Amino acid sequence: MSTLKFLGKRLALSIFVLFGLSLLIFTIARVLPGDPVRMALGSRAPQWAVDNMREQMHLNDPLYAQYYYWLSGALHGDLGQSLFTRRAVSTDVKEFLPATLELAIFAGIIMAVFGVLLGAVSGRYSNTWIDNSVRIFSYIGIVTPSFVFAILFMLLFGYVLNVLPTVGRLSPWIHRPPVITGMVSLDALLSGNFAALGDAIRHMILPAVSLALGGMAQEARITRSTISDNLRKDYIASAKGFGVPERLVVLKYLLKPSLIPTVSIFGLDFASLLANAFLVELIFNWPGFSRYGINAMLNKDLNAVSAVVMILGVVFIVVNILVDLLVAWLDPRIRLGAERGK
Amino acid sequence: MIMVHNTLLKRRLESLKKNWYKFSKNPVSVLGLFFVLAVSFVAIFAPYISPYPMHAGRYVNFVEASETPSLKHLCGTDVFGRDILSRIFFGFRYSLMMGAVVLSLVVVPGVVLGLVAGYYRGTWIDTVIMRVTDVFLAVPPLILALAICSVLTPSVFHAMMAVSLMWWPWYTRLVYGLSSSLRNEFFVQAAEVTGASRSHILFREILPNCVSSIFTKMSLDMGWVILIGSSLSFVGLGAQPPTPDLGTMVADGAKYLPDQWWIAIFPALAIMITVLGFNLIGDGFRDLFALEDI
Repeated sequence: MSTLKFLGKRLALSIFVLFGLSLLIFTIARVLPGDPVRMALGSRAPQWAVDNMREQMHLNDPLYAQYYYWLSGALHGDLGQSLFTRRAVSTDVKEFLPATLELAIFAGIIMAVFGVLLGAVSGRYSNTWIDNSVRIFSYIGIVTPSFVFAILFMLLFGYVLNVLPTVGRLSPWIHRPPVITGMVSLDALLSGNFAALGDAIRHMILPAVSLALGGMAQEARITRSTISDNLRKDYIASAKGFGVPERLVVLKYLLKPSLIPTVSIFGLDFASLLANAFLVELIFNWPGFSRYGINAMLNKDLNAVSAVVMILGVVFIVVNILVDLLVAWLDPRIRLGAERGK
Repeated sequence: MIMVHNTLLKRRLESLKKNWYKFSKNPVSVLGLFFVLAVSFVAIFAPYISPYPMHAGRYVNFVEASETPSLKHLCGTDVFGRDILSRIFFGFRYSLMMGAVVLSLVVVPGVVLGLVAGYYRGTWIDTVIMRVTDVFLAVPPLILALAICSVLTPSVFHAMMAVSLMWWPWYTRLVYGLSSSLRNEFFVQAAEVTGASRSHILFREILPNCVSSIFTKMSLDMGWVILIGSSLSFVGLGAQPPTPDLGTMVADGAKYLPDQWWIAIFPALAIMITVLGFNLIGDGFRDLFALEDI
């Protein structure tokens, strides 16, 4: 019950945040100096065509009316027409969003698994050479922009070693699995096409690792510091004293409570991961939502830019709610506090 | 009066000395300080110490184009024959300027809003300030900064403004947490009882206790802002050529990979060293002040 109440409260707040975000984006989109329609149609288009389109897009109406049209359209799933691809933005979103979600989820899994693993190992063996090498790795991960990782990986694995594909989602000779979810690897798995599954994952490795390394380093650092703190706690010593096997102590009594700070920052790390996808998708020519977004931004495609930012806002809110639920599950203090109606 | 002032000053100096001693005992923090000082020195004196100062801007010499690193050009030359090391030296200026301008614009409003919202916790002032903050924090700063830059003509100045507009909420949130717990401390209640003014309580009682956290966050943020600035330039929404911006240089150089690797790799290393320096210092502060949640 308390979880439901918590969820309800979070959802109410989220709706408010999304509303605020829509205002913010609308403000950004409409301070545009210059005429977006003229930019879309090109300087040679006749004036009547520009006027028609302005009228069609309600650009001649007062701002509050424009906002109303935009918001009510968006709520009905109509995000307007892309001035660049000349299609409905919602069609573009359906086409491009799954590719980015697929990449981001894959990268998020790499980030969480290896971040926790590295952090746990270096916390368990703190102040040894293992710990020091993980620390150096973390610093490199944190200070290197993901676009630099992307370029380096492309160079190293794509050209020098030539072991991994650097462009696109599937090799041209692979039979494309039918579109079910739009995520190629999942579709391949669902349709039992394992050749395509392997190929899709191979295509994801380089962009996903470039995206994951920064967050992985952060998670490793946080996990390391909580693990090495908790290792010195009395309850671990007493568990060991009772003769509980070391593996069990580490996995059950040490790791679970130590993961709380790591999970809490996962939301932030995932956010920067998706932000960096804007650059990494461009470099690897990944036909995803972020590449669509950055092209929209470079082409001043108003409707598409607004839709991209809005949809990412929704994605973050969902991720953060999931993170909060996970933290509440890991941390009985939060769960019990919630039950007391605090 | 002067006596009192003197002892206060003396005590401050002593605590500064003690902190410096503790900070300098950590070799990693000192390394960070060294990087930052070196980068700043090079940036300030770029026109005097870079081997080819005129290569920073619009300069073409196709005879020396795309040369591998050599004694004459330590980091090689780009496709226009410009010395990359000189351009990196000037590039540090733009990176540091990006960080310094953004932070000087966002810290004051962010901190003041956080102080006020935290002190008036539970009232409508808190609600208004923190809900607006939530909206700004709903999407990563890079994406909103990209969106803002995309509607403006791309330039270093607009990139700074866009990042600043997205960065203040982080300070508001940080200070809000501190201020809303400090307001229940005895020294704040004592000041309230003795009839101190609101501004005295906010800026003389609560603020000094937030300074170490703000300082630590600022030195870490210098690194993040520089990273975001270079990302904006990388996609072409920040500094425009021929500005010697490090992000722009990496983007230009990426076109000539893998054969002419030095054009992209050295500017990328320059970004990493700058960000690393500020991060190491920030970590040193965090250990020094025993802060955990920054």
